[in-house]
Amino acid sequence: MQTTVSQEAPKGSILYDPKVRGIFYQVVLVAIVAFIIYEAVTNAAENLQRAKIASGFGFLNNTAGFDINQALINFSAAGSTYGDAFIVGLLNTLLVSAFGIVFATILGFIVGIARLSKNWIVSKVAMVYVETIRNIPLLLQLLFWYHAVLAPLPQPRDSINVGNSFFLNARGLFMPKPLFAGDAWVIWVALAVGVVATILFRRWAWKQQAATGKLYPINWISLGFVVGLPVLMWILLALFGANPISFDVPVKGTFNLRGGMTVYPEFVALLLGLVTYTAAFIGEVVRAGILAVSKGQTEASSALGLTSAQNLRLVVIPQAMRVIIPPLTSQYLNITKNSSLAVAIGYPDLVQVFMGTVLNQTGQAIEVVVITMAVYLTISLVTSFVMNIYNRRVAIVER
Amino acid sequence: MSSSVETPVFIQTKSHEALPPPNLARGPIAWMRENLFPSIPNTILTLVVFYLLYVAIPPLVKFLFIDAVWTGTDRDACRAETAGHPVGACWAFVWDKINYFIYGSYPITERWRVDVWFVLLAIGVVWLLWLKAPRRDVGAVYFFIVFPVLSFILLLGSDWVGLDHVPTGLWGGILVTLIVATVGIVFSLPFGILLALGRRSRLPIIRMASVIFIEFVRGVPLITVLIMANTMLPLFLPGDITIDRLARPLVGVALFASAYMAEVVRGGLQAMPKGQYEGAMSLGLKYWQMMVFIILPQALRIVIPGIVNTFIGLFKDTSLVAIVGIFDLVKTIEASRIDPSWSAPTIGYTGYAFAAFFYFIFCWGMSRYSLGVERRLAAGQNR
Repeated sequence: MQTTVSQEAPKGSILYDPKVRGIFYQVVLVAIVAFIIYEAVTNAAENLQRAKIASGFGFLNNTAGFDINQALINFSAAGSTYGDAFIVGLLNTLLVSAFGIVFATILGFIVGIARLSKNWIVSKVAMVYVETIRNIPLLLQLLFWYHAVLAPLPQPRDSINVGNSFFLNARGLFMPKPLFAGDAWVIWVALAVGVVATILFRRWAWKQQAATGKLYPINWISLGFVVGLPVLMWILLALFGANPISFDVPVKGTFNLRGGMTVYPEFVALLLGLVTYTAAFIGEVVRAGILAVSKGQTEASSALGLTSAQNLRLVVIPQAMRVIIPPLTSQYLNITKNSSLAVAIGYPDLVQVFMGTVLNQTGQAIEVVVITMAVYLTISLVTSFVMNIYNRRVAIVER
Repeated sequence: MSSSVETPVFIQTKSHEALPPPNLARGPIAWMRENLFPSIPNTILTLVVFYLLYVAIPPLVKFLFIDAVWTGTDRDACRAETAGHPVGACWAFVWDKINYFIYGSYPITERWRVDVWFVLLAIGVVWLLWLKAPRRDVGAVYFFIVFPVLSFILLLGSDWVGLDHVPTGLWGGILVTLIVATVGIVFSLPFGILLALGRRSRLPIIRMASVIFIEFVRGVPLITVLIMANTMLPLFLPGDITIDRLARPLVGVALFASAYMAEVVRGGLQAMPKGQYEGAMSLGLKYWQMMVFIILPQALRIVIPGIVNTFIGLFKDTSLVAIVGIFDLVKTIEASRIDPSWSAPTIGYTGYAFAAFFYFIFCWGMSRYSLGVERRLAAGQNR
């Protein structure tokens, strides 16, 4: 028996066709968004004209006219532009984020492992640390660190003096600044050679261990390559009468110190705040990751005779990394985003310099906000991209 | 294939001595031996931790309680040279300023309105969060519709109920902190749900718009969103409309929280088994009926811990409005800290300790609550 099935949909009102409705909803959304954008743009143009504020990105070439204490590139009020100020702010953001990520990772892993320690007091202290830090706003912690770091330090004239080359006072830690002479490239080359040699040696040592079980003192030899080789070259150069690295030592003046390089208290406070705050979160991430590794793995490794440190390093953490990496990535992004709280304590990061001073001076809110947000978005996307690649490498290989 | 295999180095050739039998002793000494001093490295670690606690805890207790000044009317009470003894935390300062910390500059005769608002807020929060409360659907209507309207009339004032107008510039302290947090949660939950549904929609333009919004907001720091709201909102509105100073960061916080809430809700939507969608569709429910009656009640239930966690983050982030010049708790403390009539060395620490205590109580309470709900929700799987 054959029935012919009609290919046509049953005739209904066009109002009830999901396809038509879908298109309708989307057209409405586009219309609303377009209307909002149109209104915003026309109003903004009108308001800007009335307030006599210029538009366009030309202001980046105007002279800045303000000073920034911590600048990684040459920056002066008279000779630098708003564009330079932007770069200074961006570099400062990246600097504090990079340091923050490194230290927060180290502290976070320590905290996470400590929370799982069988040692009662260690795990309790770690727990109290995490609970306290996580439940207090970062802004408050930064203000506290800033005033706790800054307040007890002496005035410049009473600086704490270590060996006439390190000075600590309320304006920062003043240190000798290394100056590299023309023949310093030898040392850089030695460093590069050391790094490459370390990587090659590690690979070879792993292969040797896998094949024969013989262990090499990998860490000591790596240290020798990376640190020893450049130091050796330095000593050799010095013996031949060359002076590749000299130091610009800070000199005590009447009111302040001159020369050398300075670690500003704002930087220290921001770094301390970011590191301790984020480490609490990373600690929880690490703890969750370690708990996700089944107990059988630990039991098997202790049955093989590994010590508990080896078990952690060689068996548990490599597997826990699979669980840890995605939330760890978002913590890294949080550090970068939270570094914008620098504005509260006056560390010259991107937001403080660009969205603060430059925005106030030029009044060009739209351009400044767009640039700043674009920078943070780019950082977010690039970090996620890099961490995704790493994540794919450590992800479990399903067979 | 050769049968002679070279003996690898890593195989033990002789057997270890047997371990001693496990120690089954009970009592505090045995407990300490097991949990504090099981081995030499652990003993060293324990001693180091004890030393650090010894260094940190007694001065802290001394500062917060023993040397603390509890009564006084001005800075003389909290300066070591005038008080005649070492001075720790100056709680007299907090006590003196407590009304400023709670109400800001809200007119003294009108402060009962703020107290009523606190009670209304507490009713709404308890109604929604207490899982056994009666008629929680009415509670939701109350919290998301009735309460915002009431708050607006009550706090701002309105002529036709006979309440004087109180400009938002006078609001401050804990009042503003709670307003920012409440606006965040009241707006972010519905918007977040809409965005999450949009992100899982089959309609490409709606999906793309949701994804762009969510990823954009999550990719930038809150402070930039706040500064954007502060500087750009007035530009985008027609010249004759001015937007209230307090309303600007509220818009920013609402948008920001929505994007984070959307991701939490999306997690719940994705955790729903496909059968739930199919079952709803086979009953002939339309999209909104399916979502409102079948999917969302279940999805939202499983993400309550996530929602509470997002809210804890939001609550802490409300302190950022201080940076754009709104007088929330942190800003009132910063302002009082430099009050000359209370200028003493420990005033700053005291103020921060008070604020830290306030935030800690709220956030810790919420995280306990979310843990409790999590345990309750997991009860089904524990059998």
